[in-house]
Amino acid sequence: MDWGTIINNTLAGLLTPTTIAFALAALGLAMHFGFAGLLNFGIAGFMAIGAYGYAISVLTFGLPWWLGMIIGVLGSIAFAVLLGVPTLRLRGDYLAIVTIAAAEIARLLFLTTAFTDVTGSADGLFGYNSAGGFSSANPFPPGSYGFGPWTYNSETLWVLTFGLGVLALCIWLLWALMRSPWGRVIKGIREDEDAVRALGKNVFAYKMQALIIGGVFGGLGGIVYAAFANVSPGVYVTSITFFIWTALLLGGAATIFGPVIGSVIFWVLQAFLSNILPELAINGILPVDGTQAATLRFVLVGIGLMLLVIYRPQGIFGDKREMTFVK
Amino acid sequence: MSSNETPQKATGLHVGTAEPGCKKTDPMLVIDHVKKSFGGLTAVDVEHLEIPKNAITALIGPNGAGKTTLFNLLTGFDTPDTGTWSFEGKSLSGVPSFKVAQMGQVRTFQLTKALSLLTVLDNMKLGAKDQAGEGIFKSLFPRFWKKQDAEIEVKAMELLKRFKLDTKKEDFAASLSGGQRKLLEMARALMTDPVLVMLDEPMAGVNPALTQSLLEHVLNLKNDGMTVLFVEHDMHMVRHIADWVVVMAEGKVVAEGPPDTVMKEQAVIDAYLGAHQDTDLGVITGRIDTINEEESK
Repeated sequence: MDWGTIINNTLAGLLTPTTIAFALAALGLAMHFGFAGLLNFGIAGFMAIGAYGYAISVLTFGLPWWLGMIIGVLGSIAFAVLLGVPTLRLRGDYLAIVTIAAAEIARLLFLTTAFTDVTGSADGLFGYNSAGGFSSANPFPPGSYGFGPWTYNSETLWVLTFGLGVLALCIWLLWALMRSPWGRVIKGIREDEDAVRALGKNVFAYKMQALIIGGVFGGLGGIVYAAFANVSPGVYVTSITFFIWTALLLGGAATIFGPVIGSVIFWVLQAFLSNILPELAINGILPVDGTQAATLRFVLVGIGLMLLVIYRPQGIFGDKREMTFVK
Repeated sequence: MSSNETPQKATGLHVGTAEPGCKKTDPMLVIDHVKKSFGGLTAVDVEHLEIPKNAITALIGPNGAGKTTLFNLLTGFDTPDTGTWSFEGKSLSGVPSFKVAQMGQVRTFQLTKALSLLTVLDNMKLGAKDQAGEGIFKSLFPRFWKKQDAEIEVKAMELLKRFKLDTKKEDFAASLSGGQRKLLEMARALMTDPVLVMLDEPMAGVNPALTQSLLEHVLNLKNDGMTVLFVEHDMHMVRHIADWVVVMAEGKVVAEGPPDTVMKEQAVIDAYLGAHQDTDLGVITGRIDTINEEESK
């Protein structure tokens, strides 16, 4: 077995645009579920709206990249409001059902051939990074940067820098919000919204604000992902929602850095498994062929998620005391 | 204050005879034709009811009499089919629950709602009204709310001391006992500076040792100028602290009056006991005597 390549590829998973996009989306879920108690199973929808908002603004309307990204963010705000108005008055589980359905509706609207001119249907959208000027805004001259597993060309380095900047801003925003009295109300709503209502707080407005902020984080995740890869409806499927949930629960739902670290661990593990499993299969240790071995990692993710929720629901960085009082 | 001492009762609360729907000299809550049905069942059907100001009013009645439903209607947690009601002269019909609370009418719940995974201190601080830091934009910059938050903390600590919870301030509310949670819920309600405190079964599930301090806290509310309306099954408590008693049965107000007289009324005895009229109400749920007996040993 080629351990050098396996280790190299695994370590490369530490810092990729995908990892950053996941961290952003997981941060949005932390706001929704970890702090406000909103069961959002449609984070993939928020990502899709962000990514398509950016790409369509550039390709169809000829807007510059930064304006396109702002429109992507506005799109995820609109999606949050659209979801929240009818559902936030209902009990939490209903929000879960509605969000999962809404994310699928969004994906199918992007997939349908009715809007091929705008959405590109199953082919998705590409070329917007150069058309909108994101690529030419790259401050790094062409060349190779970094060392070892973390060697990047200037395009990837620019996406990474941009993504890390956005991530840092979002982490600061979430931290600043959650240490404040606003955050106290949000956590109170997670515990018992009637009690908070009885103390004179407009619970609906707070839940809507939380849904919007988390939705914007999800949208930004989609935008960072789109800045690196093409926008394709095949990406924003329900399983990506569950991967993000895994990353979130791995790190700790009600923490600031948990979702980020969780995403990093998730992608490092993914990189490791996608390298080692085919190797094991080729060497006859696993009784399956190479392609099957590669998909086996998703089975392992599912098992990992189950074990996590059963044995360590507060995640790696969660408060141990929370575990004691889990409902 | 010992348990044997009879607290100062407010008198002269009503005008004319003490009968269902009688006028009060200084009403805080006025309820008219409030009706609520769940399917075919009429849970609440109150023609007219006035709750006196600066007094402790007990709302009693057998299970299913509609006491908690009336509470929910008055605080905006549920909407009635018909009817109007006003609080200090301001109509509350259609006002959402959080606005009702902002107006100074605060409630607690029958099943205690402590915010489990918040610390005791955070539970308290959440109760304070008009916090600048609760606005989403100001919350980002501590200079807008640091000072106010410190003031709120001082107030919260004073209340926690009064309720003997100050040593628990860093603990999660989930780690408190049932009785302590009741105390926390009441203390948290007081953080909103209410004028009317509505307690839904403040004694339910509280052990006898805590009953006495809870009673004193309720009496203190009146001494601090607040009006109290509470639902309770413990007749000793009602007799001991209430200035006025409203009796409900099958959604209607069947009797009201001062505690000594109202409990002797035929309608009340019928509502509660049916055939077993000779049973002393106190024996059923009385806890105060138990404490006194234990103390005297």
